[in-house]
Amino acid sequence: MIRTRCEILSSKKAGAYHSITLVAPEISEKARPGQFIEVAVPEGRRFFLRRPFWIHQVSRRGGWAGTLEFLFDPRGEGTAWLAEIGAHRLLDVIGPLGRGFAYPKDLTACLLVSVGYGAAPLYFLAEELKARGKRVDMAVGAADQEHVFKPIEGKRLAQTISIVTQDGSFGIRGRVMDVVPEMADKSGAEVVYAAGPRELLRDVAAFCRERSLPAQVGIEERMACGLGLCLTCAVPYQRVDGKGFDNVRACVEGPAMNPARILWDRWMGGEPQMVPTPPEGFPVVRSWPG
Amino acid sequence: MAGVRPTLGVDLNGVRLPTPAMVASGCFGTGRELAGLVDPGKFGGVVSQTVTLKPVKGVATSRMAETPSGLLWTTGLQNPGVEVFLGSVLPGLAEVGIPVFVSVGGTSVEEFVRVTALLQGKRGIAAVEANLSCPDLERGGLPFSSELKPAVEVVGAMSRLSMLPVFAKLTADTPELVEIADACSRAGAHGITLSGPLQGMSIDTRTFRPRLAAGTGWLSGPAIHPVAVAAVFRVARAIPTVPLIGVGGVQEAEDAIELLLAGAWAVQVGTAMFANPQAPLEVAQGILRYLKDKGLVAPGDLRGRVRVGVPERRGGTAGPEGG
Repeated sequence: MIRTRCEILSSKKAGAYHSITLVAPEISEKARPGQFIEVAVPEGRRFFLRRPFWIHQVSRRGGWAGTLEFLFDPRGEGTAWLAEIGAHRLLDVIGPLGRGFAYPKDLTACLLVSVGYGAAPLYFLAEELKARGKRVDMAVGAADQEHVFKPIEGKRLAQTISIVTQDGSFGIRGRVMDVVPEMADKSGAEVVYAAGPRELLRDVAAFCRERSLPAQVGIEERMACGLGLCLTCAVPYQRVDGKGFDNVRACVEGPAMNPARILWDRWMGGEPQMVPTPPEGFPVVRSWPG
Repeated sequence: MAGVRPTLGVDLNGVRLPTPAMVASGCFGTGRELAGLVDPGKFGGVVSQTVTLKPVKGVATSRMAETPSGLLWTTGLQNPGVEVFLGSVLPGLAEVGIPVFVSVGGTSVEEFVRVTALLQGKRGIAAVEANLSCPDLERGGLPFSSELKPAVEVVGAMSRLSMLPVFAKLTADTPELVEIADACSRAGAHGITLSGPLQGMSIDTRTFRPRLAAGTGWLSGPAIHPVAVAAVFRVARAIPTVPLIGVGGVQEAEDAIELLLAGAWAVQVGTAMFANPQAPLEVAQGILRYLKDKGLVAPGDLRGRVRVGVPERRGGTAGPEGG
């Protein structure tokens, strides 16, 4: 991992997302699909934390060698600033961070499942899998056409691709999990990769457990640093010996994780039970420092 | 003073730091995470994550929310417990080669004492820091630092037992701050760390839910810096001979210098580490430049030099030499 100042080569809208390509030879050289970068968004001190982004694509060869592309929703704090600054500006970037997806050794048929922004790391993964002679099939879901991630690129990368939108504005109407079982059958999927919202990842985990398919998911959790310091991006992860679990850091032990080891109910169930009942609820809500 | 080169070393009544810019508790990891980004061997020191007697898994996510100029967060004090800490974390911290303070936590006086006891005689510990923001279960989870009696009980018990210097980390959000700091030092604390994060809450207005799964969390970052400066100022006036480490929102040298001028002997860099792991180096270098500019020789020359009261209008340059 290194910290470097990277020039913006291009900055453009991509459907509902915004895409930035950086000149980042040192990071591109080492980057693997499933890894991410942390970008400083210097809007004074109002929002000072870096923003984590999936590495969407790197190019190591050819005329644009040493470049790296990432995408984001331009409506957030910090990301709005990123979307507005133009080419040739410099960004302060740390990367590549985290543990990327592992490639299968012997198995060949890979099914890649994503919703929305989750497709960002999977297109990079598809590229790398194809370079290793694997078969890649993709199920890409989104809320609507605007949020379908680079459909033409997807068609180029995958043997077959199913695009599913919730409102039916593009591809099949429904949810991406509606098409996954059939795609898995048709493509003879031996390995499943997924990235996107937790609900999707949990469904993929359940599907893979049922079919005894090995899988990896790229998880997203709120993180303050992305470097392994702050312990905010904790994911309850079963120990290898099966005896208990640890809250591991998504930024170091992940983002690519084994869904069979994630304690989904614990990870996703934290929120509702914590909502206090006023007025007497609050004194007993204990939160610790640090 | 011409020709005297300023130095950065500070002496906290026997606890020597190579620079006045340490890393605050919970912002350093194990020493391995920063490889390739910065040489932590050049930091002024590091406070470990808070360690409790037994391993703590911590609270559910989401554990953080960014608020204007601040980071609201809580891990629920996730830590591997003192045993694993001593076996596998401390050696890595000690290897960095800078003074290591071990942050001690607990939910009872007994737990603080037992953890402190287990740290005695271990190689590589320069001091212990009592994390008094921990919830006191006897008082329904209120922080130990919120009242004089529980804070002093913890600090007194730790200090009586400990061969290592004990720093009491207090929080500014109590009206009794000065009294508590004074009482902690009388009870045996070697020094005071001020100010720990403030309790905060952020609510998602779309869902009506707190942004942190735990409901409330701790606010750190630039938002709390003026609070820390005021806390340091008040306590330093009351107990000027007690080493005081300023913490809260230090991102740049200027922030650290403010704390020194208010009365701190050294500072800790916390949240800034997350965005800029070089921050403790930049802060130290900035302090050095500032000392040179002002013709001073050591960070201690800045301590408590804030000017209060009616400014004299004599047209001299600003700064210690100017008025």
